[in-house]
Amino acid sequence: MARVESEIGKPKSGLLKWIDDRFPLTKLMKEHATEYYASKNFNIWYVFGVLAMVVLVIQLVTGIFLTMNYKPDASEAFASVEYIMRDVEWGWLMRYMHSTGASFFFIVVYLHMFRGMLYGSYKKPRELIWIIGMLIFFVLMAEAFAGYLLPWGQMSYWGAQVIISLFGAIPFIGETLVEYIRGDYSISDITLNRFFALHVIVLPLALIGLVVVHIMALHEVGSNNPDGVEIKENKGPDGVPVDGVAFHPYHTSKDLVAIIVFLMVFSFVVFFAPDMGGYFLEHANFEPADTMATPEHIAPVWYFTPYYAILRAVPDKLWGAILMGLAVFLPLFLPWLDRSRVRSIRYRGWIYRSALGLFVISFFALGWLGLQPAEDLYVLMARVFSVIYFGFFLLMPYYTTIDKTRPVPDRVVYHG
Amino acid sequence: MTDDVDRNRRHFLTVATAVTGGVGIALASIPFLSSLKPSARAQALGAPVEVPLSSLEPGEMIRVTWRGRLVFVLRRSDDMLARLDKVTEYLRDPGSDVVEQQPEYAANQHRSIKPEYLVIEGSCTHLGCAPLAEFEVGPADNWFGGFFCPCHGSRFDLAGRVYKSVPAPTNLRVPPYRYIRDDVIMIGAETGAA
Repeated sequence: MARVESEIGKPKSGLLKWIDDRFPLTKLMKEHATEYYASKNFNIWYVFGVLAMVVLVIQLVTGIFLTMNYKPDASEAFASVEYIMRDVEWGWLMRYMHSTGASFFFIVVYLHMFRGMLYGSYKKPRELIWIIGMLIFFVLMAEAFAGYLLPWGQMSYWGAQVIISLFGAIPFIGETLVEYIRGDYSISDITLNRFFALHVIVLPLALIGLVVVHIMALHEVGSNNPDGVEIKENKGPDGVPVDGVAFHPYHTSKDLVAIIVFLMVFSFVVFFAPDMGGYFLEHANFEPADTMATPEHIAPVWYFTPYYAILRAVPDKLWGAILMGLAVFLPLFLPWLDRSRVRSIRYRGWIYRSALGLFVISFFALGWLGLQPAEDLYVLMARVFSVIYFGFFLLMPYYTTIDKTRPVPDRVVYHG
Repeated sequence: MTDDVDRNRRHFLTVATAVTGGVGIALASIPFLSSLKPSARAQALGAPVEVPLSSLEPGEMIRVTWRGRLVFVLRRSDDMLARLDKVTEYLRDPGSDVVEQQPEYAANQHRSIKPEYLVIEGSCTHLGCAPLAEFEVGPADNWFGGFFCPCHGSRFDLAGRVYKSVPAPTNLRVPPYRYIRDDVIMIGAETGAA
């Protein structure tokens, strides 16, 4: 019997053939791993995408085990978390991995996003990858916010009160919308129950779906690199980019090193500093929710504080909410705000480098200010840094046009 | 083959199918969205509450809940009532002109039915934190006692009236209430038997 071998080289016999005739297993492996070519000059900034996936898996697994003992009921939620911490075997580990994982998710995602800004990874033809990534970031924010209500501590309750009230600032429909979100006249058992549903079903499903789409879009156009050179424009006779190496085994073995180092840092925090001095788990949240008294000092968890500082810097409810929303959404438009002819910061001029530096400073400063009380000097500083933050985005079409760029090489710079 | 297709008819059928399906989806979404509204039980739990005032000393405040919301009941002393005049120029809405923030009978300078007793929701009109009671005069400039929100620094006077240039846009909300006896109020009900 004559066997016809297809172009993608199916195995001739055995289990793999049986599967490949029914499901594109080998084809998928080749497309996304062994024959997916990414630049050979990746640096440390290129590990955070993989690390974000690792954290996603940690969150999914620990989350599933937490739901087996957690009770989404206002009268039992706080006690059930303490029950997990004290009475369930290894429950404390699940809980601390999950709470630490939330903070690490934002650390790696912020670094992953910053990588995109360093090397212009959002520029044509990767606009959609960036937009899908921003959608992942929005869902992640919602997921973290919904999750923070679940322990039903003081900060859970009052933090949710503040953020849900933001929607009340929307003219005309605001009050009704808030009632639809809470399902009650105040944050109550009903709100807790639906936030649980959002946190464990709706948002994780959306997150996983978006991650798949993000990677599909990435593998369609190919990864950027620290030089911002399009490696597909320089292919060898075999049709493989000369500066590319197969994702598996080359990039995967490099990523494995990053994963091990990451897990070492992650474990250190989980075992020795799970509350990170009040930054990962706020001290006020170790008290059950009290609907009669707001904590003296209310601040969101660190990953929301830059936006929170912007909200507080505006002495008007509606405008505060609008500017905070804008601060979150503006990076979405980076592919069109950035008019520079080059992608990578390596070939950009001093103007963009300074602007990016100022942006980083303002982001950190706002993050710190969001943790401080709303007093005069802090509010004033938050206003100054908010102006810098918005200036970075809104003036970008101008300063990236006049910035002097250096010539980009044809091949990636590689000191192997 | 394709020449035989009646394109107008096909176009009409495509649009008609899409519109019918769209209307169906919109109608089917109504029960799902409505299930998110406060349920019958949540509405029932929002029944009015009775608060006796007889044990309150002048200058004393109690906290009660109505519909899960915090309500402050403050018995103002003569001195406190006198301070309501001094603070007027620093306020955004001293005359309670924003109608949604109080029932008609509380749209006055002291924002209450009887000047002595203030009944007000303890939820900052900025983002819903519970303001702290700071009834002493000073030390901040133009501070004649009132409510201070620790979250974002909004300030309100002893009638829950908002100061100028703070994040909160309006005065604290006065819930509907009425006196069922001389020293007992019913919060959440304006009419009907006790």
